[in-house]
Amino acid sequence: MHGIHLLSLLPLLLVAGTSVLVLLAIAVRRNHAVAFALTLSGLAAGFCSTFIVPTNQVTPLLLMDHYALFFMGLLMAASFFIAFLSYSYLAAREGNKEEFYVLLLVATLGAMVLAASIHFASLFLGIEILSVALYGLIAYLRDRPLPLEAGIKYLILAGSSSAFLAFGIALIYADVGALDFAAVAQRIAADQSGVSLELLLPGTVLILTGIGFKLALAPFHMWTPDVYEGAPAPVAAFVATVSKGGMYALLLRFFSLSGADRFPRLLLVLSIIAIASMLAGNLLALFSTNVKRILAYSSIAHMGYLLVAVEVSSRLGITAAAFYLVAYFIMILGAFGVVTVLSSGERDADRLEDYRGLYWRRSGLALVFTAMLLSLAGIPLTAGFLAKFYIVAAGADSQAWLLILVLVVSSTIGLFYYLRVVAKLFQQPVSEGQTPEPLPCRSPAVSVILAFLTVFLIWFGVFPSPLLHLIQSTIGKIF
Amino acid sequence: MILGWLLAILIAGGIVAWPLARLHPLLSRSIALLAVTLDLVLVLYLAARDFGDGNTGTGWHQELDWNWIPQFGIHFHFGLDGLSLLLVLLTLFLAVVAVVVSWDDITTAVGFYHFNLLLIVAGILGVLLSLDLFLFYFSWELMLVPMYFLISIWGRERRVYAAIKFFLFTQLSGLLMLIALLALYFAHYRSTGIYTFEYQDLLGTQLSPQAAMWIMLGFLAAFAVKLPIFPFHTWLPDACSEASAATNLILASLMAVSAAYAMIRFLLPLFPDAVHTISPIMIVLAVIGILYSAILAFSQTNLMRLIAYASIGHLGFVMLGIFAGNALALRGAVMTIIAHAISIGALFLVAGSIEKRVHSREIESIGGLWDTVPRLSGVALVFALAALGLPGLGDFIGEFLILIGTYQAHIAVAAVAACGVLAATFYALRFVQCAFQGPNHHSWQLPDLAPREALILGVLMVVLLWLGLYPQPVFETLGQAANHAPALWR
Repeated sequence: MHGIHLLSLLPLLLVAGTSVLVLLAIAVRRNHAVAFALTLSGLAAGFCSTFIVPTNQVTPLLLMDHYALFFMGLLMAASFFIAFLSYSYLAAREGNKEEFYVLLLVATLGAMVLAASIHFASLFLGIEILSVALYGLIAYLRDRPLPLEAGIKYLILAGSSSAFLAFGIALIYADVGALDFAAVAQRIAADQSGVSLELLLPGTVLILTGIGFKLALAPFHMWTPDVYEGAPAPVAAFVATVSKGGMYALLLRFFSLSGADRFPRLLLVLSIIAIASMLAGNLLALFSTNVKRILAYSSIAHMGYLLVAVEVSSRLGITAAAFYLVAYFIMILGAFGVVTVLSSGERDADRLEDYRGLYWRRSGLALVFTAMLLSLAGIPLTAGFLAKFYIVAAGADSQAWLLILVLVVSSTIGLFYYLRVVAKLFQQPVSEGQTPEPLPCRSPAVSVILAFLTVFLIWFGVFPSPLLHLIQSTIGKIF
Repeated sequence: MILGWLLAILIAGGIVAWPLARLHPLLSRSIALLAVTLDLVLVLYLAARDFGDGNTGTGWHQELDWNWIPQFGIHFHFGLDGLSLLLVLLTLFLAVVAVVVSWDDITTAVGFYHFNLLLIVAGILGVLLSLDLFLFYFSWELMLVPMYFLISIWGRERRVYAAIKFFLFTQLSGLLMLIALLALYFAHYRSTGIYTFEYQDLLGTQLSPQAAMWIMLGFLAAFAVKLPIFPFHTWLPDACSEASAATNLILASLMAVSAAYAMIRFLLPLFPDAVHTISPIMIVLAVIGILYSAILAFSQTNLMRLIAYASIGHLGFVMLGIFAGNALALRGAVMTIIAHAISIGALFLVAGSIEKRVHSREIESIGGLWDTVPRLSGVALVFALAALGLPGLGDFIGEFLILIGTYQAHIAVAAVAACGVLAATFYALRFVQCAFQGPNHHSWQLPDLAPREALILGVLMVVLLWLGLYPQPVFETLGQAANHAPALWR
């Protein structure tokens, strides 16, 4: 390994180094603000480094190309926002706060490794780094029953999904005799007939199962609502964005590199998973009155939409997926940001009733939430609209009519529950004449962040050209 | 450039009007009024400058073309011709009316109300002016959220139900249109190798008859729901019975304008053969809609629902005119759309005025108003007569042309549709009979029309009379539709 390789790894090294630094700082003296500031600066430095580092393959495990750098930048930006959300959230709660940031950084590191991995070993390593840190994060408020329950649930299910993954990797190794994606691609290309793939195909499906758990695709989605409900709101945002984003980047790369999309049977499996996720996510959300659960179901549906782009797997599909992911990050972070701001020290603001008449008490917050929900529903002027448009365009391009028809129908169902929340926000306060008292603004910094997210949301929804250009000149190149 | 200003003024007005309501609601109202009036004046200026000289024109009278999302070949492309000019004028005129009507009807969240109102008007103008199909779809969808808010915040008891129903119907149909739009886009790409949403370019797309039919159905779904036509109309009465009068004016009149316009501008020229194939079905649906809505209107007890069904009946005529397949009927359809927007809109305002006085929308609980509010009752009679198609008022001209045009194509259909005009007489007269005539059981002692109400309704009445007595300017302007407009025009 040469110096240039180390330089290429700079984003990973910076985040890893920051986590050690925060640990050391805790050892010297516990201070929430210091840990927070270190985390922010580490993530910011890592983010900036993605613009300058040279692209290289570093060891057979990691490929630091523009694709990886783009997703790493996105993941670090999301972690940055989540760290912001966490600061005020943790400050109002009991217990030690500093280790939270260590876990946050380590989990981000795991997701970043996934974005760069082109080898099953780095895939497994990345997933485990991410998962182990997440167990801690989800159950971070360990004196409370709900986070603890969610943590254990996640531990068991993530553990079993890792087992599936390991089994799948073993099968592929037995067939191919190598663990890098390129070797799998050669093996598939060499065997056009597809007769002697008895091990490769089941292996891929098992890997898909493992990935499906992480992405919360139906029918592997059962844990999602419980974990989102139990986890602290910022952590739920992390699970929904960084954890899934890293995993998704990996899935997309695996499919485009290995050419696994040439198997009609695999495509059929993917279609079924995508359709099931879109329908299950949107239908189950109809019966929920808990905002965090609604967001969980909504994220299941969104992963289903994203899978449509994987399946299309053309240049258009990949860029559509990247754009969608950016939009999805913004709206999920914004939505959980609002939940975080409204949460009191005792419990998270997750009941639908907590949002009744929010517009009349804190209009700014209600409008941010409305924008995020409408974007999740794919309404114009927001990034969510263009993202959905892009996915439908990619689907129409490869004539996947059934998939986009399901997408359209299920997103209309989805609209119903988003509107239900929006309607609550604008409901008149309980009794006439009584002027609703404005809520105190607990965390001005988070409000600023939320305003930024909303600006991005609308900016990308109206003038997407710069972002599209960035995506096409980075992500588009892997083809 | 002026076309860009039209939208910019509305959106900027909305954004400014919103926070100003905190200082004083009057500020917000004045800004909104200023924005729509300014737009109206600008369009009148355009009309006087470009359309007066009788030049039949070879292109768009006004055009604006900016790159928007070059990666997809999406342009910010607006164009104005005779057809869009007429409907833009109508939209802005009714927008001014809507702002004035809301002047003291709306007391809560005044700023947000006007923001939504102006955004809807901007969306409708976007639909009427777009020459890029993506921009068209964008504007089409842009109207929905503000409309949802107008119904769900300033509506009556079951407003949330009505608002969500409205949103789901229109959104689902809109997404079907999106699929169709993208299918057309990629079909065009495959045959030419160019990614574009340009109206002019897509006009000549080579499509197999089957593909053209499916794509056309996708577009038709969106237009049919928003117009609305039977059997996709059920959201309209629900929404109208819950929303306020000014909201209904926009919901029933202006949304229908945008949908009918979209059919004439996009559906007919883009898929002439598919439209021709499907037109018998659409004509039958239109006639069923005319008769069915007349029967339902007759049996409604809620004033707003009655008017909503009357509106569906008129829109059945519009459908008939669009799908009858000749120029006469098409002109009649445009005329009906304009007259319908004014007469039905005015009826909603009258119903709003009644509701403000007697605090009810139920016909049974009104009765005998003529003695106490003669002026209001007289005005209501005029608009009810317009709705039933009395000669001398705008609706008559449109429906007459449609019936003549249809007669040339399908005699039986024209005969049955004419019965619809007759049926309209029943519900219109029942409305007048029950609400205004008869003994004053409730001993109403009510204030008659306030100056502001009288002014609005008076202006609407004058316009309706003008359309009915001297409709020539409308047809002349229509004749100046750019020559890319449907071949039927000429």
